Amino acid sequence: MLLALLVLALMAAILAAPLVARTIAGRRSETSRRRRVPRAAPLSYDPGRERRAEQRARELLRSCVNDEEWAMYRDLGFIRVAGKHRPRGRRATDARDTGARSAGTFHNKLEGPDARNAEPPYAYLIYPHKPILAYVPATAQLLSEYCVEFPDLTGDGATRLPASDDVLAKWMALTSDENRVIGRANMHLVGRQLDPARMRRDLWRLSEWERRRGAPGSVGTRRA
Amino acid sequence: MIKFLRMKPGHGEILLTEGDRRVREEEENLVAEFRRQLDEGMWAAVPVENPGSGRREAQMVHDYSEIPPDAERVIFFPRAAGG
Repeated sequence: MLLALLVLALMAAILAAPLVARTIAGRRSETSRRRRVPRAAPLSYDPGRERRAEQRARELLRSCVNDEEWAMYRDLGFIRVAGKHRPRGRRATDARDTGARSAGTFHNKLEGPDARNAEPPYAYLIYPHKPILAYVPATAQLLSEYCVEFPDLTGDGATRLPASDDVLAKWMALTSDENRVIGRANMHLVGRQLDPARMRRDLWRLSEWERRRGAPGSVGTRRA
Repeated sequence: MIKFLRMKPGHGEILLTEGDRRVREEEENLVAEFRRQLDEGMWAAVPVENPGSGRREAQMVHDYSEIPPDAERVIFFPRAAGG
C-alpha cells in the first residue's frame, strides 16, 4: 500500500514538473523585469525641437561674431577666421606649426590696428559638423583639415550640438586659443573628409562674395 | 548683470544662471556655477572686442577671476576632441 502511494506521488511529481518549471521561469522573468533600473529615455529625434534649437543657436552666433562673419555664414554656410600667427623663415604647410611644440615657424601674432587690413599667411574655414580647413589666402593653397568635435557627454544621449553652436564653438576656440584647439584636433591632408574640389569652389565663392560686397580691406582670398 | 549660458544638444543655448557680480550672494552663486560647469568638462569663453583691431573674438577663461569686469555673458561649451 505504502509502495503504491509512493509510486503515485512520484508519477504526479513527474507529470507536474514541466508546469512547475514554467511557473518558476515566469516569476524569475517578472522579478528581473521589475528589478531593471528604469533609464531616462534618450531624446528621440524631433525635427521641430532641432529646428528651434538651431534657430536659437543662429541667434547666439550672430550676437557673437563680426557682422562680416555672420553675413558670410548666412550666405555661404561657413566662416573664415584668420590665423593669428605670422610666418618666420620658411613657408608653412601645416597651420599646426603655430603651436608651441613646433620648431618656431610662426611666432609673431597679428595684433594691433594693422591686423584688420593685413592679409594673414593662413586662415581657416569653419563649417558646421565638418573639419576645419586651413589654407593660404594669397594662393588658395589648401593646407590641411583639422577634425575636431565638441561632444557633450554630460547629457541624456544626444551629444551633437546644433550646427550653428558647433560653428560658434569652433570660432570661439580658434579666436581665443588657436593653439589649443588645433593641438587637440586630428590633422589630415585635405581629402580625408573634405572634398578638395568643393573646398576650392568654396574659396572661389568666398572671393566672389567679397568682390560683390566690395570689402578690399578684409582678410581674405584675393586669388582664390 | 552677467549671464551664464551653455550650449546644449537639442536645445541651443540654455541660461544656467545670472546675477550681479557686485552682490555678494549672487557672485557666490556665479562662482559655484562656474566651477560646476568646468568640473563637468566644459570650456568657458567670453565674447569680447579686440581693442586693437576692433574685431570681435572670444576670450577663453579658466577661472572665475579671469572673466572681464564688463562681460555680459559667459558661454560654456563642450571641450574640443579630435574627430
